[in-house]
Amino acid sequence: MQKVTKDILISKAAGLLDSQTVTRVLGWKRGEFYDDVTPAVFHSREELENGFVFDDFCGANLSKYLIKETAKDDGKILVFLKPCDTYSFNQLLTERRFPRDKVYALGVGCEGMLDSRKIRAVSESVISVRDLGNSVEVETLYDGILTLDRQTLLPDRCQRCKSKKHVAFDELIATDGKILDSNRFDEVEKLEKMTADERYRFWQEQLSRCIRCNACRDVCPACTCEKCVFDNPDSGVANKACANEFEEKMFHIVRAFHVVGRCTDCGECSRVCPQNIPLHLLNRKFIKDINTFYGTYQAGETVGSRAPLVDYNPDDAEPSEVLTGGTHHV
Amino acid sequence: MPITEYKPLIVAFCCNWCSYAGADLAGNNRLQYPADVKIIRVPCSCRVNPTFILRAFQKGADGVIICGCHPGDCHYTSGNYYTRRRMTLLFSMLDFLGIERERTRLEWVSAAEGTKFAATMNDFVKTVASLGENKRLEDLRCKK
Ligand code: SF4
Ligand code: SF4
Ligand code: FES
Repeated sequence: MQKVTKDILISKAAGLLDSQTVTRVLGWKRGEFYDDVTPAVFHSREELENGFVFDDFCGANLSKYLIKETAKDDGKILVFLKPCDTYSFNQLLTERRFPRDKVYALGVGCEGMLDSRKIRAVSESVISVRDLGNSVEVETLYDGILTLDRQTLLPDRCQRCKSKKHVAFDELIATDGKILDSNRFDEVEKLEKMTADERYRFWQEQLSRCIRCNACRDVCPACTCEKCVFDNPDSGVANKACANEFEEKMFHIVRAFHVVGRCTDCGECSRVCPQNIPLHLLNRKFIKDINTFYGTYQAGETVGSRAPLVDYNPDDAEPSEVLTGGTHHV
Repeated sequence: MPITEYKPLIVAFCCNWCSYAGADLAGNNRLQYPADVKIIRVPCSCRVNPTFILRAFQKGADGVIICGCHPGDCHYTSGNYYTRRRMTLLFSMLDFLGIERERTRLEWVSAAEGTKFAATMNDFVKTVASLGENKRLEDLRCKK
């Protein structure tokens, strides 16, 4: 299987535009720097050739944009979806957030995206990055040309990728991948083994850095309410000036709780956080608990599945049976 | 300043159909439980969303307890089953953030269980009292 390249995707998309199968294309657009790729809509072959990119920085999950984009036009829109994006796509369909028949989903293969924070940790003066398969060639201004191991530059979400399988697509430009067993709960387990005091200090240090920019909420494909609790001026979570223990926890518990059973573990929240807060650990804690208490459940694996919080079993355990301070009895 | 015994402030969300009636029965039977338990009546235990609990802590509660009908007896048939899942996950998350596990509790109290209501509250107050003041979910802006 040949590697998915920008040119293959452009010619595919342009072909579908020409045949009027789709009226526009939702993809990624080159930015000013090597790593600031942004989601964008393209209407013609020229626009695609001028701006479209597909490289190691196309981490942005495009599925959430379909909500607004499908409403703009009667025609179909083409969207590129990496394996993990297809879970969000399905979850949005489950929640009836956009009409399926207005979308042409093109599944693209993925070997993991790169984390620009990890690249910057190696050199501050990166000009460009070239993918050589197992390694990455990084051209810098002051540190020369570096060849780095690709695996070490992957973000956590790709190092612990849950699935290379596309669970939704109209057409696939990739080999059909598999669901992976990637130890994605090991960090959660490490925290669970700590004492309550240690956990408290860990989270206090992490969450107190939050600047309440709401990027984690805005990017999340599970956060699609038109009116959000956090937009309420009385919510009392936007008042960083008198920050203390409560404010951060309120925001983060509520954010994570609102996506319980709907979070597909796509990792977008952690990717966009300018403060590098490991938000995925909060989501994964919920996912792990659901798996333990209510049976394994993967949001977005199928369309129409019932989220664990809108379901029950009369024999579910009581909180007092399964939770003690620090450890679970199960 | 006189040394006063520390008395925790407890917020108890009680569903209208069972636990609130249970509290009433406890009162009618003159069963003793601390006056620092503030009862908030809700139509069903599943009316309590996580924000209520967090807000209670924010406004000064040291412990929060949710009481509802026994599983199978919810006035709305299944409300308390949802409550149970939600609270299990929420309590687990609070614990994950290092907030004392014993500050939150879920208990089923029927309209006939006045004695259980009083006993539950006495026990919960004792547990929370031993933890001391809620510091990990306090909001300085709300301190009197
Ligand atoms: S909470 Fe984070 S990982 Fe989960 S769906 Fe939203 S952005 Fe993705
Ligand atoms: S993206 Fe990061 S800094 Fe911004 S609100 Fe979310 S956690 Fe806070
Ligand atoms: S009415 Fe009591 S728990 Fe639902």
